[in-house]
Amino acid sequence: MAEVPVSRGFKSKRQTSEQGRLPPGQYRTTDFPILSAGPTPDIRVADWKLALQLGGSLVRAWTWDEFEALPQTTLNTDIHCVTKWTKLDTTWQGVSFDDLLKSAGLEKPPQAFVMAHCDGGYTTSVPVEDLIAGKAMIATRFDGVPLAPAHGGPARLLVPHLYFWKSAKWLRRIRFMPEAEPGFREARGYHIHGDPWREQRYDGD
Amino acid sequence: MTATEAPPAPNKIAWQVAQVEAVVTETSRVKSLVLQPAHWAGHRPGQHVDIRLTADDGYQAERSYSIASAPEDKLLTLTVERVDDGEVSPYLLDELRVGDPLEFRGPIGGHFVWTRGLGGPICLIAGGTGITPLMAMLRHRERSPGGIPALLLYSARSLADVVYREELDATARRDNDFRLIYALTRQQPDHWTGHRGRIDKTLLADHCFPPAQNPMFYICGPTAFVENVSSLLVDLDFNPLSIKTERFGPSGG
Ligand SMILES: Cc1cc2nc3c(=O)[nH]c(=O)nc-3n(C[C@H](O)[C@H](O)[C@H](O)COP(=O)(O)OP(=O)(O)OC[C@H]3O[C@@H](n4cnc5c(N)ncnc54)[C@H](O)[C@@H]3O)c2cc1C
Repeated sequence: MAEVPVSRGFKSKRQTSEQGRLPPGQYRTTDFPILSAGPTPDIRVADWKLALQLGGSLVRAWTWDEFEALPQTTLNTDIHCVTKWTKLDTTWQGVSFDDLLKSAGLEKPPQAFVMAHCDGGYTTSVPVEDLIAGKAMIATRFDGVPLAPAHGGPARLLVPHLYFWKSAKWLRRIRFMPEAEPGFREARGYHIHGDPWREQRYDGD
Repeated sequence: MTATEAPPAPNKIAWQVAQVEAVVTETSRVKSLVLQPAHWAGHRPGQHVDIRLTADDGYQAERSYSIASAPEDKLLTLTVERVDDGEVSPYLLDELRVGDPLEFRGPIGGHFVWTRGLGGPICLIAGGTGITPLMAMLRHRERSPGGIPALLLYSARSLADVVYREELDATARRDNDFRLIYALTRQQPDHWTGHRGRIDKTLLADHCFPPAQNPMFYICGPTAFVENVSSLLVDLDFNPLSIKTERFGPSGG
């Protein structure tokens, strides 16, 4: 590959002391941009249920009240969107994936991958490795207040160490699967794993 | 585990260096960059590229820009609006010259895409520079056998802020299957008989192809614009699954 050309006269405006916390190709934003593939659904918690599936059968489902009664975890973390923004020091609250498994009576994850299914038909696949040991949660609050619908409320997956499309909004169903299958974005040219520190943006990165 | 053949590793969308062939002033805040890629296997209308700038100290900045040209065009056109305190867009508008190299990779994205095979009718709804990927769709449609019904609802601050206006007006004059509606949010000419203000529910209900015709929607623009228009369409009983959206950024038009 040819040498990377220097862009004559280009100077950084966004470089900060936090540069070490920014994965390659990312810049820092202080807003909370929104990215989704379609309209924001209107979900009432009275109608909301979260289901956990294994091999086509239901392991457990939680109503909103049941879900809210599970142990709560708070996570302070940076988030990284594939569209290049990174937001530092965000605070989320919800139910850790570990606690969800416990509540479903599963001592350990039965299969190595999950597909997250959402309202509006969005799906994304995540290795179980990236969900356990406190790494991920089903988030219901951002900065202490209930998650706004545009940001995935009432409940979204939060896998902060992967690109944010893995943190599926409007989560309704988590399905275990033995192997990695592409979800919505992964089937449309995005990377199957999506590690921002290895800049796994697109298929083949 | 069984010894199954691993699937072939997909090819990385490689960085390449394009040459800037032309810089076209579109409006006071917008320019188009016409690029000659080193190699290009084509794109689908709606897709974008990532561009990457490198400072002499090695610092790099990447941003996404939609492709405005049709797949049938030889050269690749990006259309960039100035974000005043931005890092990359002012550079592209003020510093980049014809003949300069520009690093990029693509095409990227497979959801916000329309090709003639998907048919119509299509309702394209743009806020500001959100017109860019929709323009690629319209230019592709122009080169397709006739008769795919299309509507473009284009919200801009003023007539002077409408990008590609001559081209759009010319298409609207000659093509009966294409309907063009401008919504001017801040400033309208004295004799303006078109829509004043933001796109609202009535405007959508009056001009979009009715739900019975199963139109496909492509909405692109600043986040708030896309959120607003897509929820109005859901209120109007259009099928949410027929609405595709692309959000450019936090604010603007
Ligand atoms: C898929 C995709 C396609 C895109 N296509 C286009 C395109 O065709 N044409 C185009 O002009 N832009 C497009 N954008 C936006 C573009 O990627 C950049 O975000 C934009 O040019 C601003 O970059 P910057 O470096 O100048 O500003 P930054 O340095 O990133 O930001 C400067 C300030 O402006 C704010 N800001 C960032 N982005 C925007 C924005 N879009 N509008 C208003 N304020 C903003 C930031 O929060 C910050 O406060 C696209 C974005 C995406 C994700």
